[in-house]
Order: sequence, then structure tokens, then C-alpha cells
Amino acid sequence: MASAPYDDPVALKILIAGGFGVGKTTLVGSVSEIRPLRTEELLSDRSIGVDDTEGVDDKTTTTVAMDFGRITIRDGLVVYLFGTPGQHRFWFMWDELAYGALGAVVLADTRRLTDCFPAIDYFEQRGTPFIVAVNCFDGAEVHEPENVRIALDLDPDVPVLNCDVRRRSSAKEVLITLVEHALRTLTASAG
Amino acid sequence: MSKPEWLDEDPGPVVRPFALIRGRTRSSGDKFDLIAVVVPTGASAPPEAIIGPEQRRILELAEEGVTVAEVASELDLPLGVVRVLLGDLKDHGLIEVRPPAQVSPLPSERILKEVIHGLRAL
Repeated sequence: MASAPYDDPVALKILIAGGFGVGKTTLVGSVSEIRPLRTEELLSDRSIGVDDTEGVDDKTTTTVAMDFGRITIRDGLVVYLFGTPGQHRFWFMWDELAYGALGAVVLADTRRLTDCFPAIDYFEQRGTPFIVAVNCFDGAEVHEPENVRIALDLDPDVPVLNCDVRRRSSAKEVLITLVEHALRTLTASAG
Repeated sequence: MSKPEWLDEDPGPVVRPFALIRGRTRSSGDKFDLIAVVVPTGASAPPEAIIGPEQRRILELAEEGVTVAEVASELDLPLGVVRVLLGDLKDHGLIEVRPPAQVSPLPSERILKEVIHGLRAL
């Protein structure tokens, strides 16, 4: 282990965003070994008043847990997946997570489509390549990706696909779609 | 093989995380990227360096070439605490923290194609 090569290891970061309970943890777990990552953050002024802080008046820091997965492509080339905290009060963490990210998967649930609006707005404004993956929950009506695109008012070049993140093959397809999209974005900006 | 007896299921850490770094929340490690790679320099510790179990573990992990996020996950400590510990080790010349090779703009076409290929093969 001590002789591991250090020359130019490439680490890439992919973000998994979306509303609470949309399947971010499941997606990360389907394609990688999932590990918890936590951080202790000061509660921002914005979150005070939104949070139910009754009985915890003195609490000024909060522990934020994130999902964190690692996919080794080869020696020296690793993709890290970071599930972004879903709740709005953890937005301040997004800038750090998004910095240098290859791209983002915005997971959507058609029963609660508005939950992914903030994530879409955020990545559009930042210019981070992103795709929308509609997690098809049992019992939920399956919608055509094109209808989801219209409902979310997405640019025509943003890929939208249906997926079942519990299935490894489907989760893989989601990531491949994102990296292909990032590649197109790269070649378009170079050309 | 008797298991240690705890008074409750999850007694929590013996030392509160921020006590490990003597209450500091600012250090030279503040700006370390989540996926920056921690690499040992091989230098020996200066006398003023505090090398406790956490620091020792970080140096072991660094031998394998790990990222800042992995150190936090492995030590089960908050990122803020880990950044301070890493900042100290760097200040003592024991580690280097290398920013990701590709931050901005996007990584090369060759790398991305390799990633797509690798994901298909998973």
C-alpha cells in the first residue's frame, strides 16, 4: 500500500441532488460502497426561525450528514458521489459541494416535482452540467420524460430520463447519461 | 472475549470532536477541497507536533492516498475537525494536501470517456 502511485491521481465529483426522500441515498448505494460523511455547521441566520428550535435555544451548530460513495474506475481515477443534503436549511453547504463538480444528477419524483426546482435553479445559475432523473416509485404514474421536461421548463439540451435507482443497472445508466452530457458540454465549449 | 460493557447503546465519543482540536475552528486547512488527496511527505514529526491517535491514523491513511472526505468518513469526525487536524499536519510538514487535478474547467475528454467506459463495465 505504501507504494501506491501518487502521480496525478484524478478525482472527480458528482453530486446527487433532489428533494427529501427522493432516493438519493439509494442511488449512491446502488453503484458504490456508501459511507456516511458528517460535518458540523453553524446554523445560518436564515435557518433560524425556519427550524423548530423549541427547547434547543442554545443550539447554534448542527450536524449535517451526507451520503458519500466512491467508484474506482482504475488506479488513479476515482469518481466520488456526494448526496447533497435535501433540506433547504443546508443550502449553504452546496457551494462547497458544487465547487469543481463534474456535474449533478437531480432526482425527481413526479408526485412532488416542485421539490427539485431549487436544485435545478441552482445548477442552471452555476452553469454546472446536470441531468434530471425521474425515479419511478412503485405505484406512481410513469410520465414521459418530455412531459417532465415541459413541467420543469428545462432547456432542450438537458437530458431527462426515467430510472429505478434501486436497480444497479438503472443507477449506472443515470451516471453514464450525466458523464456523456458533461462530455458534450465540454466539447461544445471547446469547439 | 467479553464485550466491553456500556451503560447505553451509543455512548458517543469519549472526547468531544472539537476538544481534539482544542476548540479551534479556523486553521490552514480551511480551504481543503473535499476530494483533495492527502499524501505523506515522509518527514519526521517536529518536537512541537501533537501526534495523537487521530493524527497517527491520518498518516496511515495518507500512505494509501486518500481524499479529505474519506479521512472524515474513516475517522468518523466532522469535516471541520478533520480540516483542522490536516492543517496542523501540513503546517508540521508531515503531509501535502493536493487539490484535485481537475477542478476547472472540466476534465479532459479522454478522462471522461474513460469514466463512461468504466461505469459501463461496473
